[in-house]
Amino acid sequence: MFENVDPAEIAQACIDTLVMLGASLALTVLIGIPLGVLLYLTDRRRPLARPWANLAVGTIVNVLRSVPFIILLIVMIPVTVLIVGTSLGVAGAIPPLVVGAAPFYARLVETSLREVDRGTVEATQAMGATTWQLVTRTLLPEARPGLIAGGTVTAIALVSFTAMAGVVGAGGLGDLAIRFGYQRFQTDVMLVTVLLLVVLVQALQWLGDMLVRRTTRR
Amino acid sequence: MIRFEGVSKRFAGTGGEALRAIDLDVAAGEIFGVIGASGAGKSTLVRLVNALERPTSGRVLVDGVDVAALDAAGLRGLRRKVGMIFQSFGLHSSLTVADNVGLPLRLAGREARERQERVAVLIDRVGLAVHEAKYPAQLSGGQKQRVGIARALATGPSILLCDEPTSALDPETTRSVLRLLRELNRELGLTIMLITHEMEVVREVCDRVAVIDGGTVVEMGAAADIFLDGQHPATRRLISEAGEGAPAVAPEGMALVRLTRRGAGSAAPIDGAEVLEGRIGRIGGESYSDLVLAVQPSEVERLSSLGRADRI
Ligand SMILES: Nc1ncnc2c1ncn2[C@@H]1O[C@H](COP(=O)(O)OP(=O)(O)O)[C@@H](O)[C@H]1O
Ligand SMILES: [Mg+2]
Repeated sequence: MFENVDPAEIAQACIDTLVMLGASLALTVLIGIPLGVLLYLTDRRRPLARPWANLAVGTIVNVLRSVPFIILLIVMIPVTVLIVGTSLGVAGAIPPLVVGAAPFYARLVETSLREVDRGTVEATQAMGATTWQLVTRTLLPEARPGLIAGGTVTAIALVSFTAMAGVVGAGGLGDLAIRFGYQRFQTDVMLVTVLLLVVLVQALQWLGDMLVRRTTRR
Repeated sequence: MIRFEGVSKRFAGTGGEALRAIDLDVAAGEIFGVIGASGAGKSTLVRLVNALERPTSGRVLVDGVDVAALDAAGLRGLRRKVGMIFQSFGLHSSLTVADNVGLPLRLAGREARERQERVAVLIDRVGLAVHEAKYPAQLSGGQKQRVGIARALATGPSILLCDEPTSALDPETTRSVLRLLRELNRELGLTIMLITHEMEVVREVCDRVAVIDGGTVVEMGAAADIFLDGQHPATRRLISEAGEGAPAVAPEGMALVRLTRRGAGSAAPIDGAEVLEGRIGRIGGESYSDLVLAVQPSEVERLSSLGRADRI
């Protein structure tokens, strides 16, 4: 029944997907957290209130978020080539994945920071904290469960992005599903890859939920 | 120690002024109460002291220094000299009791050893030694406020600002927290500025009190004078809220009088009067009685010679 399924190929696709996910998630978090903090701090009545800067950053984030990922994949090609030297393979997929996911995660970070108890923020300021200390000692630690939950949602969104990136030759499970399962009507390959994607998503959700539980002290 | 000079505050984008022409002087070592209804401007007033808010006009002086003129470093210095506690406690849910208390020291860059020693002393002082490894979610409201107090004292401030510190607490816990504040005031010579909407809190701990209404100070004086003899309608309103239950009803043909007496003999019996409700106690070291009496209408005149008598 699974005559078209080549274990070696599946294994390679799994590795490609995991590498794309791992690298793009790491970069997304690395960019998304500072961006989310910036959105929070520059908002009205916040410590670094800068309405125009806030509007500018917020608009860029919204524009990037409203571009469908499949379009982003294509329009990013020249930029991707400039950054990593190719628009193909695992490396070529990472820049569009990050550009697609970082603004999304930044908004989730901003939302989590807004949910930090106002009194706690105020108490920190009343202690004579610098803005940097406010961020590192209060905002990020107090928002940690929310940051992790947002990271989980983002990671799962990235899984479906990697599958889409398969369309433009990124490799990975999505690529396999499209090339064999869809274009060559090898339904068994399609089935196996989709199944593996489901398992991956479940695993991410489980991991994220566990981390949220462990960091919640409420 | 804390001085307001013609301070007004208007929030951007709002019509009226939250505070108008405030003149106040809080002396070193006293517990100064600020009482007023919700929205009167109490929080705004107290937040001006540690520059969480800036005055629109006028000056706020702490130890003779205009707090609005401080640069960033000066402001941090001020805030280590002025502790603050809050109605909602403002604790870090992600930190243990000990780490919450030690946070101001960490922010001030103190060594770990020094922090540990200081934190142990503070936690012990507020009676939470057995709870030091717990997280705030595992504590009662009163315990949380004790953590807040210990934290506010970590950097050894000379001033403690309290914004409705007991408004989220039940009466018994309120009394124990107020007692702690009074003790700290005496032990450390701590100057306390305490915001509240409850006369009861003023009665329990304040030396002096300002009544604030609609953004202005309408009455100010010794706590006993305000509590027992306040004149302004806003003050009277706050005092009457302190009474419990439904208002007394006069028996047929009798007059209802509220009689407030102060000093020695304030609790002496009154001939021909039926006591419907009341309280006898001490405020600011002075004994007083505050009674609602039913008397013959012809007797009302005589009561005025005993104290302040108002027909109600
Ligand atoms: N950050 C703010 N922006 C605009 N208006 C404010 C702000 N803070 C307080 N106010 C207004 O100032 C007035 C006094 O508020 P506040 O000092 O919090 O009163 P209280 O503590 O006595 O309840 C209220 O009318 C309130 O709406
Ligand atoms: Mg208030």
